[in-house]
Amino acid sequence: MNGCIIRTTNLTRDFKTGSGQTIRAVDQLNLEIPQGIVFGFLGPNGSGKTTTIRLLLGLLEPNEGSAEVFGLNTRTQADDIRQQTGALLEHTGLYERLSAEDNLDFYGRVYRLPAGERQARIQELLSQMGLWERRKEVVGNWSRGMKQKLAVARAMLHRPKLLFLDEPTAGLDPVAAAALRDDLAHLVNDQKVTVFLTTHNLMDAEKLCEQVAVIRSGRLLAAGSLDELRKRRSGAQVEIFGRGFSPALLDQIRALPAVASLQEQNSHLVLEMRENAELAPIMTQLVLGGAQIEEVRKNAASLEDIFLDLVDEEKA
Amino acid sequence: MIYDIYTIARKELKEILAQRGSLRSGVTNLLIVVAIIGVLFPLQYGVEWLTSPLGLITVAWLPLMMTMGLVADSFAGERERHTLETLLASRLSDQAILFGKITAAVTYAMIFVAAGILLGALTVNLQHPGAGFYPLANLVGAVVFSLLGSLLIAGAGVQVSLHASNVRQAYQRMSIGFILIWLPIVLGPQVLPEAWIQQIVLWLENINVRQAVIAAGVVLTVIDAALIALNIKRFRRTQLILD
Repeated sequence: MNGCIIRTTNLTRDFKTGSGQTIRAVDQLNLEIPQGIVFGFLGPNGSGKTTTIRLLLGLLEPNEGSAEVFGLNTRTQADDIRQQTGALLEHTGLYERLSAEDNLDFYGRVYRLPAGERQARIQELLSQMGLWERRKEVVGNWSRGMKQKLAVARAMLHRPKLLFLDEPTAGLDPVAAAALRDDLAHLVNDQKVTVFLTTHNLMDAEKLCEQVAVIRSGRLLAAGSLDELRKRRSGAQVEIFGRGFSPALLDQIRALPAVASLQEQNSHLVLEMRENAELAPIMTQLVLGGAQIEEVRKNAASLEDIFLDLVDEEKA
Repeated sequence: MIYDIYTIARKELKEILAQRGSLRSGVTNLLIVVAIIGVLFPLQYGVEWLTSPLGLITVAWLPLMMTMGLVADSFAGERERHTLETLLASRLSDQAILFGKITAAVTYAMIFVAAGILLGALTVNLQHPGAGFYPLANLVGAVVFSLLGSLLIAGAGVQVSLHASNVRQAYQRMSIGFILIWLPIVLGPQVLPEAWIQQIVLWLENINVRQAVIAAGVVLTVIDAALIALNIKRFRRTQLILD
């Protein structure tokens, strides 16, 4: 396995539509995901994220290529893979007529947890999620946020080595999404589990993921750590706070070859620099031109910037 | 595998009992049916309920109808309520899921049968002390045919439910199938020529009941086995996800 928990080689999956057309949901996907990290699989709706999870769990068979999870082939050893993984898929998958405790008890039995361990684990997870007091309630009456939390607890119940989370914060209000994100971060740290997280919520990825891959129309656009992806981005953005930014001085700065764009926003400047350009000469020019600089802030590109750049590049 | 089947069947039965959100209302619904076949009918028929095969036939027959609802829900319900994919993503084998669903349906029917039989005997004996119990042959026949009948409905129902997009569609398809089976029996006497009917009646009068029951049992067993084999062959989780 060489430290890789997931490896895909030219993984491809087509679907036939009702009109007989073939749609390629996953296209020649090559991924290598190391053990013990939170891996973010980013892409817009319909980009092939869910199909990839289904392929990795052996719920779908690839048309071309192959995938290995724990070094096991998803086509021939899917039962063994599912034994060691937990999943929160597109829907919570909770039995809404049953109580929270009954839902977890069922999956505890499915994963053959002995009665004592099962009860202790249910209590541990529900307590961590703040749901222990409400364990006897029928899940159907719960809010979406609570259901998502319970579904995460269910996915982690049998201490899987690998956890698939498909859009865990989708459809949640910002407060519930933040709470679930915190719970996830806590659980992942606590339980030392590798997580394959699909999302189009870039805040989830930025806060939780050590490595990410960006997919669009089934094709991989980029993969790596956030820092590696930031380096792919052409120039840096700098915010400059101060006084004395005369229109003539700003025109002078705009004319510099290192400057891609310069805008004045609410009494500070937003400077986009070209690739490999240096900031010091620009600052010198500003000071010599009579500006009084109070603060300079160099912004790292956000995941959103990187993501939009990649999608734009791919479109172009 | 046995434990996995038990786990699935246990969950199915729990869900049925909690159908309306509370265990009490689910149990109350079931008790009403048991009271009809175990108390009301025996009170009306008296000792004849024990001595005539009619009582046991009624007890063995009614629960099978109730199984239809449970089995229609088995996969179509999981699909409709978005729980199927999570279940399929678990470690359970295809066979464990399939047999768990069938076991739940059969167990559900057999609980009714057992409750109906025992309660019926108790009711008659309270009304007519010393009335005794059902003749052994009748009792064995009723239990065996209930088992085979519920397996038939479960096997056919799972097949329908596997490929229906929701519970309503599954139930409609099962009802249509049921009507198609019964239609010839109900309409036959009205459309067949009088001479044919007389011949059939004559044949039925001369039939060896014991042999006929055994033959019917063998036929049912063969059909049940064929349906289970078909279910095993057609239950593919990679296909279910696409459905």
